[in-house]
Amino acid sequence: MWTHLRRAFVMAVICTLVFGFLYALAGTGVAQLLFKSQADGSIGPNGSTLIGQNWTGRDWFHGRPDDAGPYAANPKANVSGGDNPLVANGVHGESGATNLGPRSKTLLADTRALVAYWHRLGVAHPTPDLVTTSGSGYDPDISPADALVQIPMVAEATGIAPVRLRRLIASQTHGPEWGFLGSSYVDVLSLNEGLARLRGLSK
Amino acid sequence: MGFLLTLVALVVALAVAWRFLGSYMAAVFEGRVRWLWWVERPIYRLLGTSPDKEQSWKRYAGALVVFSGMSILLTYLVLRLQGHLPLNPQHLGDVGNALSFNTAVSFVTNTNWQNYGGETTMSYFSQITLMVQQFVTPAVGIVAAIVVVRGFARRKATAVGNFWVDLTRCLLYVLLPIAFAAGIVFVAQGAVQTLAGPATFHDALNGVTQTIARGPIAFMEAIKQLGTNGGGFLNANSATPFENPTGLTNFLSIFLVLCIPVSLTYTFGKMVGSRRHGVALLAVMAILFGSVLAVTATAEHQNNPAVAAAGVHSSVGNTEGKEVRFGDTTSALFGVASTSTSTGSADAAYDSFTPMGGFGLLVGMMLGEVSPGGTGSGLYTLLLYAVIAVFIGGLMIGRTPEFLGKKIQATEVKLAGLGALVMPVTVLVVTAIAVSVAAGRAGPLNHGPHGFSEILYALTSQGNNNGSAFGGLTGNTPFYNVIGAIDMLLGRFAIMIPAIALGGVLAGKDVVPQSLGTFRTDNTMFVGLTTGVVVIIGGLTFFPALALGPIVEQLSHGGFF
Repeated sequence: MWTHLRRAFVMAVICTLVFGFLYALAGTGVAQLLFKSQADGSIGPNGSTLIGQNWTGRDWFHGRPDDAGPYAANPKANVSGGDNPLVANGVHGESGATNLGPRSKTLLADTRALVAYWHRLGVAHPTPDLVTTSGSGYDPDISPADALVQIPMVAEATGIAPVRLRRLIASQTHGPEWGFLGSSYVDVLSLNEGLARLRGLSK
Repeated sequence: MGFLLTLVALVVALAVAWRFLGSYMAAVFEGRVRWLWWVERPIYRLLGTSPDKEQSWKRYAGALVVFSGMSILLTYLVLRLQGHLPLNPQHLGDVGNALSFNTAVSFVTNTNWQNYGGETTMSYFSQITLMVQQFVTPAVGIVAAIVVVRGFARRKATAVGNFWVDLTRCLLYVLLPIAFAAGIVFVAQGAVQTLAGPATFHDALNGVTQTIARGPIAFMEAIKQLGTNGGGFLNANSATPFENPTGLTNFLSIFLVLCIPVSLTYTFGKMVGSRRHGVALLAVMAILFGSVLAVTATAEHQNNPAVAAAGVHSSVGNTEGKEVRFGDTTSALFGVASTSTSTGSADAAYDSFTPMGGFGLLVGMMLGEVSPGGTGSGLYTLLLYAVIAVFIGGLMIGRTPEFLGKKIQATEVKLAGLGALVMPVTVLVVTAIAVSVAAGRAGPLNHGPHGFSEILYALTSQGNNNGSAFGGLTGNTPFYNVIGAIDMLLGRFAIMIPAIALGGVLAGKDVVPQSLGTFRTDNTMFVGLTTGVVVIIGGLTFFPALALGPIVEQLSHGGFF
């Protein structure tokens, strides 16, 4: 028994040092050396392309409604929707989904509210991604179809011709990795940065 | 089309791993791999042991249990003292008693059930301490499986190996190199790896100011998946882009989760000297995995009932709780891989899966996680079922059953029966308790049958050391923290110890020569029989509970709760 205990303690300490701290530090070293930008969170001038932001107004493309419609700045609502990064516009949160079941009355009401929300913005036929929330609570992407249905709204608000917006979306569309792993997507932040250039708001 | 190609790529990648990782692991545990001998030797010297000092199964199991107990204690202490320890850029305070206990047990049992949100609860020091268990516990599971394999491989042997040596070799030669290589891929694709603390920035375009959680995530991600652990750095686990940024890392995650459990069937075949027997076990795993995947992927490709009722048509399946870059069927594949092993990581919110999609995830766990199961635990649990199948087959044809030349007698069947029945009994009893007391019924977020499913899922997940959740359940209460910890401990050790004992008893036996009358244990008939035993013990035991949860939910067309 004492032999077991002594060995267990020694082994636990060795494991903590080698497979905990040494591994994590060596990994951080390699990551920072080879892939600094990614390791730091893919952060550009306007934020991380991997963390969704809340876009309001009709003159921008919107992302998934993780922080919009019934979930807007309401992280303490009955449902756990309205999730945030650690802090967004002063509201605290953490990553997470609504966790509403497929036959939840709350989900039905929220989805209806989101359909109405899109109608108010001028999106006549919101796609499924646009009326449902994501797994992380800050999905940075939308599908090309999700972007296309927003063209009338953005075109009307900004005065940019729909054909130019369509071209912008096409240029921002990423195919699946290796052609088949995952789905096609458009990063909303990059899309709006492209839109800002079209609008002459930034270089 | 993309999904079919994904499946093909996965099968090819796993086939390569099965052949080469499988035979490499056999070489590791037969002591033929020595390239890190210079690291091994000082560890043995510190422990005061050496590879030629082998242990009986009782000493082996004793060492394993004491080591696990020590790991629980030390992990618990780190969480309790978190506020006074370094690497805490967010200045998070000590973790509470009940939550620390639940979390320590959870990570030491390879469960990784999390009653907390990582980014708002755990310091980097604590996360790294939990990651240590993500290395150690898969190694413990694998060495336990190797004992059972040696039980079949050895003849008239009193010793089954040296726990400390097996553990060290598994960690150094198998887990560490693969995890480190995978970690580099994760970070190259965009997973975060820094000790610099959260980052704050302002977007001038929309006026948004965000503070985002960061940390040493990418390399934890690699071992989280490889070791079928599943406990993420961030609350939303592999759904978050900082843990799982692209379709490629998503695929890599699925591969890492499956590669060791699948390859261990080759290791088994090689070590017992009959690759056909390894293939037979693999076939059982593949049949069960394929069936569950078919159900869940089909279900997730349907529209979400609430979205349909709100008048939105979907050609991209159920999107609630899913990330755009992964999509419906790939998220279903991830979910099935995660719940058919003891992983429990999630790239989507399982709570929002369609009723039959969630049903598939539950079934993956309820079958005892043998398709292909956790690292090591999948193989030894399936071998317990196989012993029962041999016994039943023997009864049918009226012969003394043998498995790989070892006579299966009363002791073996008792141990296998014990190991196979502990999980269903534990899970059903704790679920019954949870729905009977107010503290348990206070847990679910959703109403109606889905609320019941949340409780059933939580206790099935913990009893099978899975760790995934229908995340709506509020688990950080004294009731769920304690009952969950009991559930996890029984699900781990009350199966692992009978399995090690079975290995020890079998190792002591001589091999009976095969004759024409020997019941074959490497053909299609045996694959069917073993699959049947798994489905009957795992599946049918839980059928009434499933009927009250996902099945009733599926059948309530038009009803919302």
